[in-house]
Amino acid sequence: MSEPVLSVRNLRLDIPIGAGTLHAVRGIDFDLDRGETLCIVGESGSGKSLTSLAIMDLLGKRIERKADKLVFDGTDLTKAGARKMRALRGDRMAMIFQEPMTSLNPAYTIGDQLMEALLLHRKVGKAEARRRAVELLEKVGITGAERRLSQYPHQLSGGLRQRVMIAMALMCEPELIIADEPTTALDVTIQAQILRLLVDLTREMNVAMILITHDLGVVARVADKVAVMYAGELVEAGTAKKVFDAPMHPYTRGLLRCIPVPGKTERGSELGSIPGIVPSLVGEVSGCVFRTRCEEATEACRGEIPFRESADGRHNFRCVHEAGRRAGVEEPA
Amino acid sequence: MLNFILKRLGLAVLVALTVSAISFSLLFMAGDPAAALAGEQATDVDIEAIRRLYGFDRPMIVQYWEWLSRALQGDFGESYYFRLPVADLIMERLSITMTLGVCGISFALLTAVPLGVVAAIRPNSLIDRFALFLSVMGQAMPSFWFGLMMIVVFSIQLNWLPPSGTKTWVHFIMPTIVLGYYAMPAIMRLTRAGMLDVLGSDYIRTARAKGAGEGRVLFKHALRNAIIPVVSLAAVQMGFMLGGSIVVESIFALHGAGYLAWESIGRNDLPTVQALILVFSMFYIVFTFLSDVLNAWLDPRIRVA
Ligand SMILES: Nc1ncnc2c1ncn2[C@@H]1O[C@H](COP(=O)(O)OP(=O)(O)OP(=O)(O)O)[C@@H](O)[C@H]1O
Ligand code: SF4
Ligand SMILES: [Mg+2]
Repeated sequence: MSEPVLSVRNLRLDIPIGAGTLHAVRGIDFDLDRGETLCIVGESGSGKSLTSLAIMDLLGKRIERKADKLVFDGTDLTKAGARKMRALRGDRMAMIFQEPMTSLNPAYTIGDQLMEALLLHRKVGKAEARRRAVELLEKVGITGAERRLSQYPHQLSGGLRQRVMIAMALMCEPELIIADEPTTALDVTIQAQILRLLVDLTREMNVAMILITHDLGVVARVADKVAVMYAGELVEAGTAKKVFDAPMHPYTRGLLRCIPVPGKTERGSELGSIPGIVPSLVGEVSGCVFRTRCEEATEACRGEIPFRESADGRHNFRCVHEAGRRAGVEEPA
Repeated sequence: MLNFILKRLGLAVLVALTVSAISFSLLFMAGDPAAALAGEQATDVDIEAIRRLYGFDRPMIVQYWEWLSRALQGDFGESYYFRLPVADLIMERLSITMTLGVCGISFALLTAVPLGVVAAIRPNSLIDRFALFLSVMGQAMPSFWFGLMMIVVFSIQLNWLPPSGTKTWVHFIMPTIVLGYYAMPAIMRLTRAGMLDVLGSDYIRTARAKGAGEGRVLFKHALRNAIIPVVSLAAVQMGFMLGGSIVVESIFALHGAGYLAWESIGRNDLPTVQALILVFSMFYIVFTFLSDVLNAWLDPRIRVA
């Protein structure tokens, strides 16, 4: 098997706040192969956006990024400087954000902004960039592409703007696209269209995708791999089939209580709600962060929590219990 | 866009009419103009004769109409003091005021915008504090005091710059700084606030995600948006400066329109004062209108409806 396009080991993000340090992300591990789709799920505030911005190196100076391994397409991102990262961003890796209404610059035309993505990275002329922009606008299903080039973002609807963002991300044919809740801000009626478009295009162009979403129905339909995050930790990760068929971590089981089945799951089923509060992540974090809400919690959950990897490494989770349940407690019928 | 401009233009004309009515009535608010013209030793008969001669006995509305239609043709009457057409008097002085205004706003923009941008890139840094200090000083110091201090230091003690006059460009240095410094704080703070706001926006993150370099992000993507309100503020300030240079012109004895206004008030030269008030107000109205048009032209959300 070829090298994964993205390989992440023990990614940690620390944010200095006032007196202490917020350990916002503590230990993310996954591999993403070419053309594969990884869905990251987890409650609001679990660190999904931070993780994706960390990969793009878009966090800003205040947030400290550490990782045992962060390799993208043969480049060690932990050692890459600002210039190298700039060369990768928009070219080899691209990002689509949640807010199409504010993600495009109001002062420039759609054409300017699309062409810029290509002109920054390729030695091509304006005419060539323009041709490519038209081609991609057509690819994302925008009619009258020529005419759209001279329009400003405020003249387009939210759905159209998100199509433009997708076209922009694809301008340089990247290896990886990160889409952070790309449809959350859109009208419910067009969410499915935009998602379908994104999935179809990444498949067609063999682009790997990290899709952050709250919609388990979407995950069930499009994910090759799933990563479940809780309070800044990766609590479970594996192929979509394994995670859906046999969720190991108590939190994942909580999420899937009304288990989504591919094809049968209703669109828009939100993450199941589990009572309890998330502990503070400021200062030293020890033990399992889920223990305040976990049905399976025991004394041991205050100590070191092992990350359990399956033999083939295709289904891993973080829990003191070998099978994610207290020994001797039978699964309720 | 055209619709927008027409609306603003209509508004500007209405304001101009109101101002003209006020400045016309000034002549009568200051007391009996005929008595003022006739002088202290005049008898009632003399005053009555002058009243009839100048037409002060006719209904107010008729006088206003006559005055306005003449003013529109550039005829503001004759100065009581110089016995010369007011229009010629003002035209002669206006070039100095305009030069000072253009220099002042340029000085303000050239210092305030770069300072505001740097302060926004490095909030709470030394340079940000320095910019804040400058802007607080600029607001706290009255122009006349600042001007006098400059004269004391640079003309009297160091003998570097001439304290008054308009002969060479060197004469304009201190007036430019004093006048420009008056407009600087607002421009600086609007630039800083605008840049801070824009730099935190989603489309700046998008530009970075595309692989744009810092310079490109700052100047092409951020400043282009942050500068829109600054340009219109500067246009309004320019209108203020042309009308508000009275203090600066008096301190540095620049014989511009502002200085003329100051002199004319002292001499009770009502037609000149009246005309100057109208001219200064027109500057203000014209530049406010220009500011609206510039704003619309720079912002595609207004330009392309
Ligand atoms: N710049 C920052 N300064 C301080 N705290 C931050 C910063 N950015 C994120 N956080 C905190 O880090 C945690 C993770 O944020 P993140 O945006 O990654 O969550 P998320 O999983 O994307 O949530 P959502 O589903 O709401 O988008 C949150 O608790 C958030 O408050
Ligand atoms: S470690 Fe303990 S608290 Fe954490 S998920 Fe497992 S059983 Fe629950
Ligand atoms: Mg998020």
